Amino acid sequence: MSSMKVKAKEKDGIVEVKALIKHPMETGQRKDKKTGKPIPAHFVQQITVEQGGKTRVSADWSGGVSKNPLIFVKFKGGAKGDMVKVAWTDNQGGSDTAEAEIK
Amino acid sequence: MQTDTKRRVFLKGSVASGAVAAAVGAGLLTPQMVLAEWNKAAFESKTVEDVVKNLGLDGGEESADINIKAPDIAENGAVVPVTVDVGMDGVESIAFIVKENPSPLVATFTMGEGGVPFARTNIKMGKTSDVIAMVTAGGKTYMAKKEVKVTIGGCGG
Amino acid sequence: MNKLLITAATVAAISLAPAMANKKATETTPEEDVKAYQDYFTKRFNNEVPLNEFQNGVYSIDEGSRENWEAIEEFPPYEPFVEEGEEMWNTPFANGKSYKDCFPDGPALRGNYPYWDADRKMVMTLPLAINECREANGEKPLKYKKGPIATLLAYIGYESRGQKTNVVIPEGDADALAAYNAGKNFYFARRGQLNFSCAHCHFESSGMNVRSDILSPALGHTTGWPVYRSKWGELGTLHRRFSGCNKQVRAKDFPAQGEEYRNLEYFLTHMSNGIEYNGPSARK
Repeated sequence: MSSMKVKAKEKDGIVEVKALIKHPMETGQRKDKKTGKPIPAHFVQQITVEQGGKTRVSADWSGGVSKNPLIFVKFKGGAKGDMVKVAWTDNQGGSDTAEAEIK
Repeated sequence: MQTDTKRRVFLKGSVASGAVAAAVGAGLLTPQMVLAEWNKAAFESKTVEDVVKNLGLDGGEESADINIKAPDIAENGAVVPVTVDVGMDGVESIAFIVKENPSPLVATFTMGEGGVPFARTNIKMGKTSDVIAMVTAGGKTYMAKKEVKVTIGGCGG
Repeated sequence: MNKLLITAATVAAISLAPAMANKKATETTPEEDVKAYQDYFTKRFNNEVPLNEFQNGVYSIDEGSRENWEAIEEFPPYEPFVEEGEEMWNTPFANGKSYKDCFPDGPALRGNYPYWDADRKMVMTLPLAINECREANGEKPLKYKKGPIATLLAYIGYESRGQKTNVVIPEGDADALAAYNAGKNFYFARRGQLNFSCAHCHFESSGMNVRSDILSPALGHTTGWPVYRSKWGELGTLHRRFSGCNKQVRAKDFPAQGEEYRNLEYFLTHMSNGIEYNGPSARK
């Protein structure tokens, strides 16, 4: 099961890409309430939004982005029916990708 | 083969310089497909000045073409919706900076081919602070800011 | 300045809760109650909030936080869970059966609960029914406050959107009425170190502030579950929130899906009869 839900919509030549990612986005600053030990930083670090073999927009994040984060970006050059691929990697070596057809 | 190389670079989260340089030289990876390394220095900076320095930015002329949409009062500092929309040509990147956060740099968005200078995400804010958008366009740096109040609620549970 | 629909005059003029607290639960019937409560809240907010709009809690009475909420609802944080819940619904149990066998009318089930089970003489709620289905098919029951139960409830809630709350206290059934009154007593009784009743905050002080939080009205409290609370960073159930509220006033907590909270749910949901279910929903 993907950690991501991606939606892509084209309107007036602009493609809007929205993705919701399930991820704890731990900053590394929080302490475990039971043990008192710090919870290790675990957050999405880099995201790419690709279409037509090109990276249209990329993002770099820290743990300062909210838990279960969303990303909403736009680009020109895609058309309805094309596939958009969103991929992320996190600071612990995790990663995931998901695709959606531009509607 | 090309796809595999891309995936390996990805999963490391940072670029292993030796392997990538060879791959680029061999024509297997074009520069636009190689992600720049995650900017640890900038993301771990503790002041806005250091963030700006570590992002390699210069200045930050206030610009009315940068529109920041965020609530005047955040309902919950853990989830503050922020949208930055830039009405300029040639925008290369947009940075979301929260002045009063322990690590002010929260996110950067880099425009690839056809990228529109618009970005929205939800950010964490520790307390009332200016939310600053720093934009690079045509080699210059611009900025705008908006204060977002973060309050302490009374209903826990 | 947040535009709050409540005025000081309204607050002063209508003070139903203390009057109710002094009455015995048995003095008014469930039908009289629902009418009285719905009238009370409608008037309290200056007739500016249509009945169904109370389903949005604090966002139906405060413009400032509504804006923030609408921004979050553009990308509902509960959406991925609705999809996961759908997968759960469609995945057969180890014995080959599935939720569909327990609930042939499902997944749009929300409107059927809670209801009075006359044979077993108890209030039946949706989460309880889900676990009974699981156990009947050799599966382990799910915990009631968060996690997979909330995910499944998110899917069921989503599919049930628009169904109207219609809790029935069967006429002539003394046990059903007793359960309803037990829930009602719970609601109006003072509890905990802070000595508040549910009604103190959610009737009498609804629309007013606790630090920077605005207290939501009791009317509409049951329609939007499960809720993705930004504070929780995940979905939670109604009984999870009952627990949290009790702990907040430093009162004794009761088990999720135990008799006290099921009776409370029975009473509380009945008050919202006529209001559409709109789960899952997002809150701060």
